[in-house]
Amino acid sequence: MKRIAGVKELLALQKQLKQARDPHKQVITICGGTGCRGLGCMQVTEALEAELKKHNLTEKVAVRVTGCPGFCEKGPLLTVHPGSIFYKKVNAGDVSDIILKTVLQGEIIERLLYQDPLTAKTIVNEQEVPFYKKQRRILLNTNDLIDPTKLEDYLAIGGYTALATALFKMTPEDIIREVKQAGLRGRGGGGFPTGTKWEQCQAAHGTEKYLIGNGDEGDPGAFMDRGIMEGNPHGIVEGMIIGAYAVGSHKGYLYVRNEYPLAIKHLGIALESAREAGLLGENILGSGFTFDIKINRGGGAFICGESSALFASIEGRSGEPRDKYIHAVEKGLWDKPTVLNNVETWANIPLIINQGAAWYSSIGTEKSKGTKIFSLVGKINNTGLVEVPMGMKLREIIYDIGGGIPNGRKFKAVQTGGPSGGCIPESLLDLPVDYDALYEAGSMMGSGGMIVMDDRSCMVDVAKYFITFLQEESCGKCVPCREGLLRMGEIFAGICEGRGTEGDIELLESMSAAIIDGALCALGSTAPNPVLSTIRYFRDEYEAHIKDKKCPAGVCKALIQYSIVAEECKKCGACKKVCPSEAIAGEPKQVHTIDPLKCIKCGACFEACQFDAVSIT
Amino acid sequence: MREEVRTIVNRYGKDRAFLVSILQDIQARYNYLPKDILLEVAEELHISPSLIFSVTTFYKAFSLTPRGKHIVSVCLGTACHVRGAPKILDTLERTLAIKPGQTTKNNQFTLETVNCVGACAVGPIIIMDGEYHGQMTLSKAGSVIGSVKAKEGTCS
Repeated sequence: MKRIAGVKELLALQKQLKQARDPHKQVITICGGTGCRGLGCMQVTEALEAELKKHNLTEKVAVRVTGCPGFCEKGPLLTVHPGSIFYKKVNAGDVSDIILKTVLQGEIIERLLYQDPLTAKTIVNEQEVPFYKKQRRILLNTNDLIDPTKLEDYLAIGGYTALATALFKMTPEDIIREVKQAGLRGRGGGGFPTGTKWEQCQAAHGTEKYLIGNGDEGDPGAFMDRGIMEGNPHGIVEGMIIGAYAVGSHKGYLYVRNEYPLAIKHLGIALESAREAGLLGENILGSGFTFDIKINRGGGAFICGESSALFASIEGRSGEPRDKYIHAVEKGLWDKPTVLNNVETWANIPLIINQGAAWYSSIGTEKSKGTKIFSLVGKINNTGLVEVPMGMKLREIIYDIGGGIPNGRKFKAVQTGGPSGGCIPESLLDLPVDYDALYEAGSMMGSGGMIVMDDRSCMVDVAKYFITFLQEESCGKCVPCREGLLRMGEIFAGICEGRGTEGDIELLESMSAAIIDGALCALGSTAPNPVLSTIRYFRDEYEAHIKDKKCPAGVCKALIQYSIVAEECKKCGACKKVCPSEAIAGEPKQVHTIDPLKCIKCGACFEACQFDAVSIT
Repeated sequence: MREEVRTIVNRYGKDRAFLVSILQDIQARYNYLPKDILLEVAEELHISPSLIFSVTTFYKAFSLTPRGKHIVSVCLGTACHVRGAPKILDTLERTLAIKPGQTTKNNQFTLETVNCVGACAVGPIIIMDGEYHGQMTLSKAGSVIGSVKAKEGTCS
C-alpha cells in the first residue's frame, strides 16, 4: 500500500475502501482461526475456491477468511452474506451444495443450520443464535468483518481513525484522561487501572521509554488473546501507537508465545503493512511522531507472562521475575520506564478514543468497566469465545450463552483465573463477573479462562493438576514456590493414589499460607488459590479420597475400578476390540466382563461403549 | 561460522533482545539445538556460552538432544485436561512405547506435551508436525499416529 501522508488522505482512503465494499455483493466468510483449523476449515476454504472457479463465480462471490468469531464448538463456521446465513460444522463435502443452493439460488440448507437444543428449532441468522444473542461484542465483532491479513479491510471499517484523532486532536494528557475516565482496567488479570499506569510512566524520568503488548497468554484453558491477535491484529497495533504517543515512547515490543504461530504471522503482516502505509514507524501520518514495534517470541515458559519475567526474556535472559517494589513504569525493560499491557487491553484503546470514555464507562459495573472476553470451555455445550459486559452473572454465561452441561450431566464448578484463580461452586453462580466479586469468592478474573466442570470432574485432581502445572513452571528462584509447590504436589499425588492420611488437608492449608506469604512473584503467591478454593467448596471430595480411598467423580486412576453392567451390556464386543491389555472377556453374544487384574484403566472401553454399559466406581 | 547461523542471527539485527526468537529459528531449522551451533550464536551475539545454555535449559520449548522426524504434542491445558487429555497421553505413550520428551528408537517420533495451545474449545487436541487435530478421542489418537506411519511405511 502507498504511504498515507496525513489525516485527509487517511479519511479519503477509508471512504474509498468502504465504498468498494458493495453490501449487495455476495461474500462467504469462513473462520480461519486455530480452533476451526483443528477441525479442517482450510480444506473447506480450498474446496470453496475450487468450486467458485468451477462455476466462474470468482468475480461475483468473494471469500473472506476471518479470525475467530467465537463459536468454536460448532466449527468450521461459514456465513453467507448478505443475509448472514450461518452454517456450522461445515466440511469440504458441503461446499458444492452451498454454492449451488445457497449462493446461486438463495436456498437455505437445513442440515447445516444451527439447531437450538432447547426448542429444536433451526436458526438461520448468526445474530439469532442464543450463543451470540446475549453477548455484547464490541471487540470480537471486528473479527467477523475483516480478513486480518488485509490492512485495507481494517481501514474500510474505519480502522486507524482513533490514531488520527489521538495524534491530531488530542494531547497526551487528553488521551490519558480519557482512558482513566473510561475506567479501563488491565485485561491480563491484575486489573490495574490502565490510565493510571500510563500517567505514572509518562511522569517517569527519562526520554527512553518502552511499550509492551503482552500476548504471552499462558493460562491453560484461555485463548481470548489468541482470538484478538489472530483476528484483529491492527486493533492491538493501533492501541499501542496511541499509548506510545500518550506516554512518550518510541519503541515497543509485542511478546507473543511461540505456541501461537498464526497470531505471530498475522501480527507480523499487520506491522509490516502498517509500516508501509505510514501508520507505524517514522513520522506517523505526517504528525512528526515516531514509534515502531517488534515481535518477540516466547519460549514456552508460563512465567514469562509475568511482567518482570517478560522483561528478562526480552533482555535475552532466563525469565525470572524480580521483586515488585521496583515499578515497571519507572524501571522496566532495560531498566527504563515501561508500560506493559495485555493485548486485549490495547485492543480496547481505539474503541475508547473513537466512542469516548462516557460510552465505554456506561458498559459494565461500578468498578469494572467495559466488556470482557472469556474462553468458555470444558464440560459445556457451547464452547468458544464469549464477550460480555462486566457484571453479567456466571449463571447467564454458563446456561444462557454456554447452553449448559452436555449429556444431561450436572454442573459442579467453574474454574476462573487460570492457575492463579479458583473453583466456584454452583451456590455462587449468581455472582457477577467483575474483578472484585470474583476475588471475594476466592478466585479471580485472571485473563478470562472459564473452565466448566461437571460431576465427572474430580476437584482434587483439578487442584493437583494446577499444582503440578505451576511446580513445572516455577522459575525456581525463590524457595517457597520452588520447594513448597513440589511438596504440595507430593501430598496431592499421595491423596490421589490412595496414600492420603488424616491431616493432609490441614497440611495443604498451612503450606498454602506459607507460600502466599513468602513467594516472590504472583505465580507463587497465587498458586495455592486452586487448592484453597477446592478445599473451601469441595472438602467432602478430599475426605472421600483420604478416608474412603474413593474418587467420587471416577477420575483418579488408583481409586477406581472399571466394570461392565451386565443388564446394560448389548454384547456387541466393541469394548473387547479396543482393550489394549486383553482384560475384557466374553464371546460374541455374551455379556462381557473386565478382569480387574489385567485392566490398565485406560478408558478405551468406556469411550467405545455406545450403551453406557461400562461403569466406573 | 555457518552461513545459515549468520543469516538467522542477522535476521534479528544481531540483537540480544531476540535471543529466544533466534534459538526458536535454529531449532526449527535443525530440529534441536546442536551444541556447536549454540557456541557460534554466543560468539556472534558477543554473549557467554553459559548464558545461552541457561536460556536453552530454562525455556521448555528447546531441546538439546535430536528429536524425531515427527513431533507429536499433546496439549495438557485445563480444558483439555478435564476433557480427558491425560488418557490421550497415556494412549500415545503406549502406542509409541515412549514417555514425553523421548524419541522412538527408529527416530521417527518424539512425544511432547504442551501446556495449552489455545485451541481449548476443540479440546482435547494433539498437534502432529504442526497440524492441529481437535476433538480428540483415544481411537482417533491411534489413527493420527497410524496415518503417519502408513505414509512412512514404517512400524514402531
